[in-house]
Amino acid sequence: MVGKRKPKLAVWKFASCDGCQLCLLDCEDELLAVAGEIEIANFPEASHRVVKGPYDISFVEGSITTPHDAERIHKVRRASKFLVTIGACATAGGIQALRNFADVSEYTSIVYPSPEYIKTLNKSTPIADHVPVDFELRGCPINKYQLVEVLSAFLNGRKPNIPAYSVCMECKMRGIVCVMVARGIPCLGPVTQAGCGALCPSYDRGCYGCFGPKETPNTSALGEAWKRLNVEDRDIVRAFRGVNAYAEPFRKASEAYEK
Amino acid sequence: MTKRQENIAVLESEGLGYLVQALIDKGYEVLGPRIKDGAVTYDQIETVRDLPIGWTDRQEPGSYRLVKSGKKTYFDYAVGPHSWKKYLHPPETRLWEARRDEQGFTVIEPERETAKKALLGVRPCELQALAIQDTVFTGGPYLAPGYQERRSNLFIVAVNCVRPGGTCFCASMKTGPKATSGFDLALTEILESGRHYFVVEVGSASGEELLSDLPTKVADDAEKEAAAKAMERATAKMGRELDTKGIRELLYKCFDDPHWQTVADRCFSCGNCTMVCPTCFCVNVEDGTDLSGQQAERWSRWDSCFTRDFSYIHGGSIRFTVKARYRQWMTHKLAYWLDQFGTLGCVGCGRCITWCPAGIDITEEVRALRDKEQSEKVQSV
Ligand code: SF4
Ligand code: SF4
Ligand code: SF4
Repeated sequence: MVGKRKPKLAVWKFASCDGCQLCLLDCEDELLAVAGEIEIANFPEASHRVVKGPYDISFVEGSITTPHDAERIHKVRRASKFLVTIGACATAGGIQALRNFADVSEYTSIVYPSPEYIKTLNKSTPIADHVPVDFELRGCPINKYQLVEVLSAFLNGRKPNIPAYSVCMECKMRGIVCVMVARGIPCLGPVTQAGCGALCPSYDRGCYGCFGPKETPNTSALGEAWKRLNVEDRDIVRAFRGVNAYAEPFRKASEAYEK
Repeated sequence: MTKRQENIAVLESEGLGYLVQALIDKGYEVLGPRIKDGAVTYDQIETVRDLPIGWTDRQEPGSYRLVKSGKKTYFDYAVGPHSWKKYLHPPETRLWEARRDEQGFTVIEPERETAKKALLGVRPCELQALAIQDTVFTGGPYLAPGYQERRSNLFIVAVNCVRPGGTCFCASMKTGPKATSGFDLALTEILESGRHYFVVEVGSASGEELLSDLPTKVADDAEKEAAAKAMERATAKMGRELDTKGIRELLYKCFDDPHWQTVADRCFSCGNCTMVCPTCFCVNVEDGTDLSGQQAERWSRWDSCFTRDFSYIHGGSIRFTVKARYRQWMTHKLAYWLDQFGTLGCVGCGRCITWCPAGIDITEEVRALRDKEQSEKVQSV
């Protein structure tokens, strides 16, 4: 593809821990190939060099938690042809969305000596609540192979192969013995989207739901199945209130068991 | 070494080690039952000590536990979460790859698997599942890539079920508990009055040949009788039952039954049932590229009728509701399959019952539909 301009990539950070961006840096073997195919135009975590927009593809990490960020995301959207949100913060509001179930002013008054300096929104919200998003890549953190897949798909004009089905599907494809059936360990796998390769069940633990709700998740049936394993309501609430607490099906499930 | 007059022999339990070794010596990779992560799974076997000696299992809808039996048996378990399809129809296979070059691109065919595999401990229901997948993958005008090669390099040691599991219903499906065909050798394990031995049936010339290398003797009447009795007891001890009488018509009649919704309320559409099912064969074919677009690959990966995207056609999924997915799955297994392949698609192994984390039981759901149908009939008279 001689003479073709390399597509420009930008990586943006909102309220987040940087873990998802680091997944891009963690693509050690693939990074050279990435650098060969795209121009990394804005990626503060990797380089100080900033190339002006517009950008062909933007990866957005983090959720919207401040009035300033609620403005800034529109600028990012305007400067980006294709916008991909990465990680649980950007796609669901992240762990910081636990504030959505509480009173933020109460928090700030406890944590900060002068809470009046804190300008924060009442809710932590996903990027898609503010601007149109072209693709959402789930996970806390994201899976680097899925990230490379999204990038390859974008560069080659094809649909990314990112399944929306359950963690159970990958769990079984890997031949892992189900921890819920064989050990009675509560697992969120049946309602969680695949992507991690069933990491936790492969280490004898239940799934924590890092990749958020799968397509058509039956959270109430899972709650009932957990109760049959003697899990108490408040622990069901806690399980759904993880990094994807504000993803609607998980939010509704935790609220249902809070009553 | 005794020359057998007929094809029923007896191998003392200590002789099982010779069987495994004979297979290894003939160049087979021996695959069989092994305990892993709290279940009997299928994996490579190097010696009989790898087998689940003294283990049995307790199976119920949505629950599986290994239990120590305190006996010296090798095969006192019922089927676990794995099935042999993982070797014959692997979870993922690269169908082909292509590389760009000056002429355009070159297609590279994958290397065909030629390794000889011996499957040790294939249950009668699993033999039927293999036969079903043979029909699916090689019965029509198009052959599934690689399947025939993998299949023709097999040596099958079946093991009859003297102790069916809590969710087994092969007797209803007429697929077990005794193997009738599709094996090279079939063993019935007998542990009675302190004597531990195998009654061995020969199912093929290669089975015959292998057996001639082993220290066997001709089975006497008492030993044959012991094996037959064990099978009778097993048939009487089935964990579950599924009445297949008029099943196709029943399911076609029940297409719009509200009962499907009550199942959907419990079902996670997680796909576990189809992943563990030894006959489920559906795959998704995925095209991928590398970053530079110089290389493309086509992969086949297990898929499930329980996923939304499985039925995605232009414009959306045609089975968006879980109700439609469960109905499709069960109706395919027990009705469409007959139209499509001439047999039922269920062999009664019970895996989908045990490994459903919601504990949904296909035999119960068929019964519920049948009962409703019956009572409606009564009412309309
Ligand atoms: S361990 Fe969890 S993810 Fe794996 S099959 Fe069981 S329920 Fe699903
Ligand atoms: S029947 Fe059970 S295993 Fe199958 S999709 Fe529904 S919940 Fe999952
Ligand atoms: S449908 Fe269930 S019982 Fe029938 S063969 Fe498949 S897993 Fe076994």
